[in-house]
Amino acid sequence: MTPPPGSLLAAENLRKSFGPTVALDGADFSIHPGEVVAVMGPSGSGKSTLLHCLAGIVPPDSGSITYAGRELAGLSDTERSALRRRDFGFVFQFGQLVPELTCVENVALPLRLNGSPRKEAERAALTWMERLEVDDLKGKRPGEVSGGQGQRVAVARALVTGPRVVFADEPTGALDSLNGERVMELLTDAARSTNAAVVLVTHEARVAAYSDREIVVRDGRSRDMERAI
Amino acid sequence: MSIGHTLLGLLESGPRHGYDLKRAFDEKFGHDRPLHYGQVYSTMSRLLKNGLVEVDGIEAGGGPERKRYAITDAGITDVERWLATPEKPEEYLQSTLYTKVVLALLTHRDAADILDTQRSEHLRSMRILTDRKRKGDLADQLICDHALFHLEADLRWLELTAARLDKLRAAVTR
Repeated sequence: MTPPPGSLLAAENLRKSFGPTVALDGADFSIHPGEVVAVMGPSGSGKSTLLHCLAGIVPPDSGSITYAGRELAGLSDTERSALRRRDFGFVFQFGQLVPELTCVENVALPLRLNGSPRKEAERAALTWMERLEVDDLKGKRPGEVSGGQGQRVAVARALVTGPRVVFADEPTGALDSLNGERVMELLTDAARSTNAAVVLVTHEARVAAYSDREIVVRDGRSRDMERAI
Repeated sequence: MSIGHTLLGLLESGPRHGYDLKRAFDEKFGHDRPLHYGQVYSTMSRLLKNGLVEVDGIEAGGGPERKRYAITDAGITDVERWLATPEKPEEYLQSTLYTKVVLALLTHRDAADILDTQRSEHLRSMRILTDRKRKGDLADQLICDHALFHLEADLRWLELTAARLDKLRAAVTR
């Protein structure tokens, strides 16, 4: 396939079934550097499966995914893991911080896994925690902070490696309106300032309003609303 | 709501007399506000003048002449354009959206498409408000929040309607 010109991550005609259940039935996607794209659709429409395929977590049954000009299917498992660690960042709805580690250790974790020395990793982690306004929580464990604070810590952790794509699956799903909005402001501001692309799965319109455009997934098929109009 | 477009849409399934049109309109869309005969005939004569309908036959009876109207190709194009154009996001537009969705189902068009297009239009407005809110002071934030919550309510209705399209199709084409 030829990805759309200038796109960083693109997928075409993705199909994925889990047993008899068809999750993706010919979905397309593309995103440019620095762009925030909301993936919307009802529960069970296939939006999370699309995100997992795009991030190389789940292989599609068929179709192609191109990242920075390379087919994901052509990479070895080790290369895909390295890509996820270095080039991709992840924010989920909850349950993503390691409870035994302090907040700063959590944020520094991806850098440590990439081989950075502890001091250097924690210094970089603190810089991101300051940007996300949670540097005062550095010594606390996830169980000691509020949902909104924990989610900001998770955003800092997703951004600490300087990813080119951030995958956010319902990042504000467990937060109240004010906290959710603050997390979205900080996430999109930080991503735009580093020219990272954000794939934002959400069913909430107020969250999707932080995106540049949206695609709608219904019954495993995607629809790019910008191109449709 | 555009009564002209709604009557045109109803004519797509076949020619009808003015009386039948009124009855079909009231049954499907006029639950709380049935059409007056005068509205039907003045609308039909406007549509006739604009070439969107034509007279398909006239029955002479004991009373006044009964004209039977048929939609023209220009009329079909006009309905098509109306259905495909999203409504300006504002409060209380549900009756128009509901009418569009039902007409799309009746005329075998893609009703989900109408809802998707409308959602996109709403999100466009929400992006503008969100941006204004981010750059504005507290007063701006509160004003924008009020508008955002209303638009969000519309969107929830769009989502629910999209989830109920099969049921609605079965109900209106019964």
